[in-house]
Amino acid sequence: MGGFLNSTIARKFAMALSGLFLVLFLAQHFSINFISVFSKDVFNEVSHFMGTNFFVQALLQPILIFGVIFHFVMGFILEAKNRGARDIKYVKFAGNENSSWVSRNMIYSGLVILAFLGLHFYDFWFPEMIHKYIESHPEDAARYYDELVAKFQSPVRTILYVVSFVFLALHLYHGFSSSFQSVGWRNKYAKGLRGFTKAYAIIIPLGFIFIALFHYINNL
Amino acid sequence: MKLNLKIWRQENATAKGKMVDYPVDGIDGDMSFLEMLDILNEQLVEKGEDTIQFDHDCREGICGSCSLQINGEPHGPDKLIATCQLHMRSFKDGDTIYIEPFRAKAFPVIKDLIVDRTAFDRIQQAWGYVSVNTSGNTVDANTIPIEKEKADESFNAATCIGCGACVAACKNASAMLFTSAKVSQYALLPQGRVEATERVQAMVRQMDEEGFGNCSNTGACEIECPKGISLENIARMNREYLAASVKG
Amino acid sequence: MSVLDSKIPKGPLKEKWTNHKNNINLVNPANKRNIDVIVIGTGLAGGSAAATLAELGYNVKTFCYQDSPRRAHSIAAQGGINASKNYQGDGDSDYRLFYDTVKGGDYRSREGNVYRLAEVSGNIIDQCVAQGVPFAREYGGYLDNRSFGGVLVSRTFYAKGQTGQQLLLGAYSAMNRQINRGKIKPYNRHEMMDLVLVDGKARGIIARNMITGEIERHSAHAVVLASGGYGNVFFLSTNAMGSNVTAAWRAHRRGAYFANPCYTQIHPTCIPVSGDHQSKLTLMSESLRNDGRIWVPKKKEDAEAIRAGKKKPTELSEEDRDYYLERRYPAFGNLVPRDVASRAAKERCDAGFGVNKTGQAVYLDFASAIERYGKEKAFTSGNKNASKEEIIKLGKEVVASKYGNLFDMYQKIVDQNPYETPMMIYPAVHYTMGGLWVDYNLQTTIPGCYAAGEANFSDHGANRLGASALMQGLADGYFVLPYTIGNYLSNDIRTGAISTDSPEFEETENAVKERMDKLMNANGNKSVDSYHKELGLIMWNKCGMARNAEGLKEAIEEIAALREDFWKNVKVPGTATSKNAELEKAGRVADFLELGELFAKDALHRNESCGGHFREEYQTEEGEALRDDENFRYVAAWEHKGKPADAVLHKEELVFENIELKTRSYK
Repeated sequence: MGGFLNSTIARKFAMALSGLFLVLFLAQHFSINFISVFSKDVFNEVSHFMGTNFFVQALLQPILIFGVIFHFVMGFILEAKNRGARDIKYVKFAGNENSSWVSRNMIYSGLVILAFLGLHFYDFWFPEMIHKYIESHPEDAARYYDELVAKFQSPVRTILYVVSFVFLALHLYHGFSSSFQSVGWRNKYAKGLRGFTKAYAIIIPLGFIFIALFHYINNL
Repeated sequence: MKLNLKIWRQENATAKGKMVDYPVDGIDGDMSFLEMLDILNEQLVEKGEDTIQFDHDCREGICGSCSLQINGEPHGPDKLIATCQLHMRSFKDGDTIYIEPFRAKAFPVIKDLIVDRTAFDRIQQAWGYVSVNTSGNTVDANTIPIEKEKADESFNAATCIGCGACVAACKNASAMLFTSAKVSQYALLPQGRVEATERVQAMVRQMDEEGFGNCSNTGACEIECPKGISLENIARMNREYLAASVKG
Repeated sequence: MSVLDSKIPKGPLKEKWTNHKNNINLVNPANKRNIDVIVIGTGLAGGSAAATLAELGYNVKTFCYQDSPRRAHSIAAQGGINASKNYQGDGDSDYRLFYDTVKGGDYRSREGNVYRLAEVSGNIIDQCVAQGVPFAREYGGYLDNRSFGGVLVSRTFYAKGQTGQQLLLGAYSAMNRQINRGKIKPYNRHEMMDLVLVDGKARGIIARNMITGEIERHSAHAVVLASGGYGNVFFLSTNAMGSNVTAAWRAHRRGAYFANPCYTQIHPTCIPVSGDHQSKLTLMSESLRNDGRIWVPKKKEDAEAIRAGKKKPTELSEEDRDYYLERRYPAFGNLVPRDVASRAAKERCDAGFGVNKTGQAVYLDFASAIERYGKEKAFTSGNKNASKEEIIKLGKEVVASKYGNLFDMYQKIVDQNPYETPMMIYPAVHYTMGGLWVDYNLQTTIPGCYAAGEANFSDHGANRLGASALMQGLADGYFVLPYTIGNYLSNDIRTGAISTDSPEFEETENAVKERMDKLMNANGNKSVDSYHKELGLIMWNKCGMARNAEGLKEAIEEIAALREDFWKNVKVPGTATSKNAELEKAGRVADFLELGELFAKDALHRNESCGGHFREEYQTEEGEALRDDENFRYVAAWEHKGKPADAVLHKEELVFENIELKTRSYK
């Protein structure tokens, strides 16, 4: 596997697979979050299941974490090689004439998302860990909704979340469809698929933004 | 028309280069871009200065020698042409034009605007061929009928002129379009299928060794390619390579 | 008997090549490993020769001035490659291809060579297909053909308008395979500066590394020159900017005879000159004449109005158009051979019917082809009552699929849409049939020095038919030279490596360095290009499409004077120790200035008109070429004696045993 991952195509393939996996995860994450918009109880129930189910916790969660880390570490590795591939820069480079800004700046949209993940972990994941593994914070199957809502009292945090989702949209806008090219999936369905990926890249982050704003406004 | 040219001058591979301003006058819209540079060079000869060195040969867009980055784009602002087919009617009186060599670590500058593209040759030497003897003991050409659509697609990939515009345009200086065009030409034909596994592995390995960047699917190469080589070739090469890796 | 021995094998025409192959000496595989061959030029002839020689086991070194072998100018050939496959079942055969080629060359080529060419032509196609060359195919999956000028069958294989590119990339891929095996060592961006003779045999070359300026010695047991033609002696031609005669000319100066230098092909369908700044001319493939109809206005006032920009060609009705080729040559029409079509265009333009601002252009019109194809397409797709617009639209699609890239190229250069308005074309220098004299084995008059492809004179006679050059280049390279050279090399199996320390290498290297110093230090005030342009003008005006004794005599004097001036007043800036395009050009132009004179001298001595060589004094009442078979049925091979004026003529009589000499008629 190590040898395989030395080639540019295999690396891009791995990047694409991890990306696609994260796209799937986003859909799942979004659906659960969206429940919070209309039903507190269902949201608590689903959250509790996700937080306590052995399969989710012991199997899916490590895979997810590995996927995230792999995706950004590989992203850095690829970026470093790409930068090295042009040691002397152009005095004038007209990138906009032949490619989109998003496609050329995945590293920046990615970095914003990475920073957001830090905030997001600080907000939700670390408190989760405390609940699970420290005695002083006992389990409470009905706490999830309130915790969620509490986070969106702060306008600063809400703005940070919204901005991050915009960058997530940009990242997905190129990344989702690009991953199919990287795995070599290009046939008569490609055009339709492309439309789907672009729609997904806009709708899902927009949905997250909606949820954030929904709770922020409800808090007012 | 009058133009202000900003041209990269560099004495040799190890020297440090810089942009130098050259005003030119009396340029006609019917001139090709290289003819405009000829006029500038003629003026430099008169002054006894070393002329600006640039690669060019056929001047009809097929040999792939010419290689200028003009105003930040390989082969200039027009699409589906090489620099030699770019005409001055694409510019306006008073324009400033930046002229730089194609930039990539794998394409080191030799002098001024000339770069060393032998990396492309080495990629093709790696396995960019069908291993058939040329001494003439092959079957009749019509023994193997080939689906017209496949033959045409193979031809389209084979029209690559090896100029390096794909590398020059790519923000990562990736050579995927070039390499994939060659891989595709053979992958699409029964004659080429026989060694398809070994070919794609060898060519990709060589491409990586040359120090080109990775493909991040920005699509710039396809837009700037003078022959319009499609990104589909890159997808095909990815497929071929991954399948070859599974086969081992 | 002449000093020239063509070494054509005895026996019936059809068995010559087979018998020859059976009887020549071979080199055993173990010995081939100890023999080195240098190949100059990596186009179709050089690239394919290098590949096959390496495959046979010889150690090959290739040299090209471009940055990659793939950029040789064969790549620009558009239309196609002939082969007598008879896939169309239209009566083609080796004999017919042979016959058409000899006739097309106006009976000034060797029967034996041409028949061999026809014989191996089919094999070229097999070979190229096996190599993965993507030729055009029909829906059934089989290879498609089209027809070309001067013949009555469809025998041309093609890959859109990029046949040369695909064939060259095929040869280059075969080279790559051998480079990967270590059997070919490519020296790119290297220019051959001189040939080194040891004991009268070609034993190596002096080359200049064009990046570092270093002068290098390379030795070998034989040297193959496949360095192309010398059309650039005209400055404006369809050749690449770097195409030059230097390798061939240096060999000529060392003892290789130069044959028929005046045989030059002026191609009828090129994009007309647009101004003084022009650096080269662009060809529009002859295949366009399959569907395009050539015309000029019938009335002079229309032509004048068009030149002044007051009228458009599309405004002229059918009655006001003169389809002069169809009128003069009803049997072949627009598909007459190149020399005939070129002269006819010149005749009309000289008479004042030319179009374009300059009056030096005729129309090539696709309107009727678009309509014809449109109707056909509408019919086959079931639309029996298609409207005029639909037909035109469909017709344009068909034409685009056939000639799309050529139309695009035209539009880029001229800024007019050829789907809407007729193309303008005018003849331009395209190919040189003359070249180094070679025998049946492709050996020049220097033992061990071979010439292949356009660099030799062998197969096309006084005029070349379309799609024959690619055929000849590949035939020489893949199938002829690698065998015939073995006959010579079989004597070298005990020679061992050739040393580059011999006095011969030393002397030649010094001569090269001296010449370069002279160029660098002339320190005049005129650019190399200005001399080249001046030479080109003399050539075009006095040695061009039509020549006469008076003009040729003037040309000889003018070129000699220009040459003298060149060596005194040329200015080459920069240094000799780095990449210096001016220095490279200077060396080439210096050689063109010698060749040009020999060219005119050859044209002057040939008191007849044949093929591409048209002497105004020798024409029929109808203005057709008038050959003199009695006195000029020979190859004129010139021996160098210090300067072009002193060159000595040697004649190789041409023997026709299988073809009756006739006046060429395409009526």
